Amino acid sequence: MPIFQALSIIGSLIIILVLVELVKSRRLKESYSLLWFAIAFVFLLLSLWRDFLEWLAGLMGIGYAPAALFLVLIIGLYLISLHFSVVISRLSEKNKNVSQEIGLLNLEIKKIKKWLQSKLNI
Amino acid sequence: MKTLILIPALNEEKNIERVIGDVWEVMPKAEILVVNDGSSDQTALVAENTKKATVITLPHNLGIGGAVQTGFKYAEINDYEIVVRLDGDGQHAAAGIGRVMGPVLSGEADIVIGSRFLEKNQPSSLLARRVGQKIIGFFTSVIISQKITDATSGFRCYNKKALDILNKYYPSDFPEPEEIIFLKKNKFRIKEVGVLMRAREGGSSSLTALKSVYYAIKVALAIFISILRTPIIK
Repeated sequence: MPIFQALSIIGSLIIILVLVELVKSRRLKESYSLLWFAIAFVFLLLSLWRDFLEWLAGLMGIGYAPAALFLVLIIGLYLISLHFSVVISRLSEKNKNVSQEIGLLNLEIKKIKKWLQSKLNI
Repeated sequence: MKTLILIPALNEEKNIERVIGDVWEVMPKAEILVVNDGSSDQTALVAENTKKATVITLPHNLGIGGAVQTGFKYAEINDYEIVVRLDGDGQHAAAGIGRVMGPVLSGEADIVIGSRFLEKNQPSSLLARRVGQKIIGFFTSVIISQKITDATSGFRCYNKKALDILNKYYPSDFPEPEEIIFLKKNKFRIKEVGVLMRAREGGSSSLTALKSVYYAIKVALAIFISILRTPIIK
């Protein structure tokens, strides 16, 4: 087995273990771990099953099989980044709504305080 | 009709008192709401001290769209039927409020835009800025098949129907041209009237050279994407 293959097998196994640990300790939410798991397993599969990787590389016209592995990895990372951007957009929309509510509620509190003070002074 | 004058403000401590005073002279009965968009100066304090305006301070800067939408939400909570929005830097002369309200009051339009290009004798402004405004106006007009001369103007009047939808959907930064396309797509009636703009006195424009480039690209993208969006109201 070439060193490159051994390294990528060990690497993907470590990544999977780290992912499991992160989800187990609740530092990573299940919903955000799915894409990472999917990519780690694809990577592991391609590392183990060399013939498939060779076939895939041949299909894409890539002479050097490990380069196909890199391509898969880059596509995977790209997808994850895109997913993060979508999540961030959603979060910023929620953050905006929460901030607006805080502004509106603060005004209400101020009004109620003023009203209470005027009542208590009388 | 119950009217709210909405003034989004970011670091306008030098202008806000005069803006509120001017509006108050024209519309003494309307409530004036200043949405302080996380200013780092005394905008909120100055506005409150006038005793003529209600002030909402956002916990951090949301961008003009977020600030304006806060005002729309306030209008919804407090049952306002008309909102007039004008800028906190004083470039929109309060005398124009009646003009932008006109078509909404008469039921002719759901949203009215105060245009600097439909009124002569405007103060001089940078050529680059005017060209940019014209270009955005041109593209907006083509997309909605209606002539809009001043798509970037923030001097606007909205009726209840427009407010109900803008409460829920509003772009966060540089929202003006997007708002027009969004409303037109959803079959709202838009009208423009000429208003007089003023040269800035205090403060500085939010658009620096680098921001202008970002503005142009963002507006172009937003306009392009909004063509693709399907209307919310069927």
